[in-house]
Amino acid sequence: MSAPHSPLLAIVGNPNSGKTTLFNLLTGLRQKVANYPGVTVEKKIGECWSQHGKKLRLIDLPGAYSLNARSPDEAVLRDVLLGRRADTPRPDRVVIVLDAANLERNLYLASQILELGLPTVVVLNMMDIATAKQWRIDVTQLAEELGVPVIPMQATTGQGLQELKAAMSREDLPQPRWHSAPLPRDILASLQATQAQLMASGAVHERASLLEPLYLLSDHDPLHAGIADAQLTQVAAGRDALEKAYPGWEDQLVQDRYTRIEALCSRILTRPDREPVTMTQKLDRWLLHPICGGLFVFGFLVFLFYLIFKVAEGPMGWIEDGFAALGSWVTVMMPPGDLRDLIVDGAINGVSGVVVFLPQILILFFFIGIMEDTGYMARLAFIMDRLMSFVGLNGKAFLPFLSSYACAVPGVMAARTIDSPKDRLITILISPLASCSARLPVYLLLISALMPDSVSPWARAGLMVSLYALGTLGAFGFAWIFNKGILRGANAPMILEMPNYKLPSVKAILLQVAQRAKAFLVRAGTVIFGMSILIWAASTYPKDRALITQAQALVAKQESLAASGNLAAAAAVDEELAAVKSQQLAQSLAGRAGHLIEPLIQPLGYDWKIGIGLIGSFAARELFVNTMAVVYAVSSGEEEDMTPLRDRIQQETRANGRPVYSPLVCLSLLVFYVFAMQCVSTMAIVKRETGSYGWMWFQLAYMSGTAYLLALGIYQIGSALGY
Amino acid sequence: MHRPSTLAQLPIGGTALIHSMPTGRVGLTRLRELGLTPGVKVEVVRRAPLGEPLQVCVRGSQIAMRSHEAAHILVTPAEA
Repeated sequence: MSAPHSPLLAIVGNPNSGKTTLFNLLTGLRQKVANYPGVTVEKKIGECWSQHGKKLRLIDLPGAYSLNARSPDEAVLRDVLLGRRADTPRPDRVVIVLDAANLERNLYLASQILELGLPTVVVLNMMDIATAKQWRIDVTQLAEELGVPVIPMQATTGQGLQELKAAMSREDLPQPRWHSAPLPRDILASLQATQAQLMASGAVHERASLLEPLYLLSDHDPLHAGIADAQLTQVAAGRDALEKAYPGWEDQLVQDRYTRIEALCSRILTRPDREPVTMTQKLDRWLLHPICGGLFVFGFLVFLFYLIFKVAEGPMGWIEDGFAALGSWVTVMMPPGDLRDLIVDGAINGVSGVVVFLPQILILFFFIGIMEDTGYMARLAFIMDRLMSFVGLNGKAFLPFLSSYACAVPGVMAARTIDSPKDRLITILISPLASCSARLPVYLLLISALMPDSVSPWARAGLMVSLYALGTLGAFGFAWIFNKGILRGANAPMILEMPNYKLPSVKAILLQVAQRAKAFLVRAGTVIFGMSILIWAASTYPKDRALITQAQALVAKQESLAASGNLAAAAAVDEELAAVKSQQLAQSLAGRAGHLIEPLIQPLGYDWKIGIGLIGSFAARELFVNTMAVVYAVSSGEEEDMTPLRDRIQQETRANGRPVYSPLVCLSLLVFYVFAMQCVSTMAIVKRETGSYGWMWFQLAYMSGTAYLLALGIYQIGSALGY
Repeated sequence: MHRPSTLAQLPIGGTALIHSMPTGRVGLTRLRELGLTPGVKVEVVRRAPLGEPLQVCVRGSQIAMRSHEAAHILVTPAEA
């Protein structure tokens, strides 16, 4: 039924104008989320049907304050509207969403977009808040002045939706009557010269209006401009010429535009002399209060972490049990052999290792969603900004970094909320230094090996806190270094809009959580899956025939003992079996690799067996504990109980009879695990979020390099001092 | 009385008119686009618990900025 070319409508507006709520309302969640190639900006497309069965395609463009782009989000908006992106067709029509309760500021971007001359519908959203402020907006007059339909709406309740759909599908949707004010003569001349140059090199096409070079010239970050390097010099030259011809031209244009908007508002908007106090103002008195505000943040974070660490434990246990049950089922159903081992030990284990993080990730994303949707996120950034500014970051980096204490994967993904690309990259680079929950088992094992039970629990807790503090200090230190030295580009000033509070839409939040969880499973899942199979293969092959025969004999012996009712003897065979497994691992590829890297890790005080543990935990740090259990042939009893393994590693001695796990080695290992990048999921997500393998490898190198050097320093200095 | 002071010096709850701000700086241009143009009325709503940033109300929107930026924005007292 649908016409070959159903019109493409772009939904545009300021951040917090209710744009995405409207998009969800129109599409009824029939939408697809992807990324614009080359940038990490979400591209949301969907479709809806008009009352008369006509299909409309919709694209939800990123929120922006101006077509003078200051962030990748804004550059995407500008480029799509100007038809400059090869991957996205230029929209046929535009739906501009205005926050009616913040009309002047919202009209700034709206007027820029109206000047592009596309058929337009204007939505006056959040009419309820404007009414609560006792504002009277003359909608008819506004429509008359702009020359396009203006639809008052309340997207949260769907009020005005039918009128909007009718306007959107109108065949005769008019072009706006609003036109740009004539440019000052010097600016005009300079722009025309640049336009001619850009046209000659193909950077803009011939029918481009003067607005296109204008917006390209106002983009100070060449990364945003989205044009070839050769043409960048033309843009830079054009900007210099403009600056010379008319110093302060950008600021003059901003001011001229606001003068016109003020005049428009004086004709259409009546405000009371004293506006009633809004709900947002009342709430902010408490939530941003110097003392109550701080306490609220603290309480909120404690609650969040309680959910992530304690409440998530239940579902995480179910997932692990479920996969374990699946594994035993396959073990029973399939004949023994390499294929069964591959499926059980490689594939099922691998998938379980990824899925087990889902509960934490879902909880975290749900809370981030609630904070963003209600408007509290901006307040959190406002309160935390000062703290983050010490290391050169801004308040928006706080939550992503904090999330990383649970798991760096959602932390890195949450860094999308940071609009300055430099701050965002730094946050992504340092986030995995926060001690995530996967490091906890390793810390627990090594601390218990380092400190005998006689040591007071306070000392152990103190050491644990020090490890968290060390990671945090490291993260802040590297943030400072990256900010000062390595990354180019000026720091964007911290400018934050504090939107009105609103009730969250649980449906939309759940949708977003599902989208992000899917992204995690697809990206991290495939990589971790592959890695676990690789690591399984490396610790399984080559196989030693003698050992296999021995193991088979032991299993048969155990079964016959168990059948004859001698359970104690059957259990005793476990130890012999573990010894065989340990020998098998020692002669496998992973075991040989442990020997191979021994010269490299000997200066840190580690032997080849620890080397196997390091290799085994490259994909995921918590695997260290499991790998060491196999290495030392500790028969797996109760999963949670580390005491047998702890006792076993304390007995491990070197050739000279001294213990391998001396306090110094434990300390060196602990520090190594604080800093080392041993998480393939995080690496996969960093690659996705930075769009570059380069940053992924850089992160691996700087973190693991630091880990190595610090562990080396601790062991060598400690040894020299005679510990 | 009419000597300009800066937005950063305004007391909490204080209101003033923007007098001028230096041109050609990216951060300040963005503040202009958010509505802080010369002649417009601003109110300092509050400072964050740790002293910075400060929250101003301009043209009906609530904008937070650091003192670093606010110190460049000259203001004159609003006529009573």
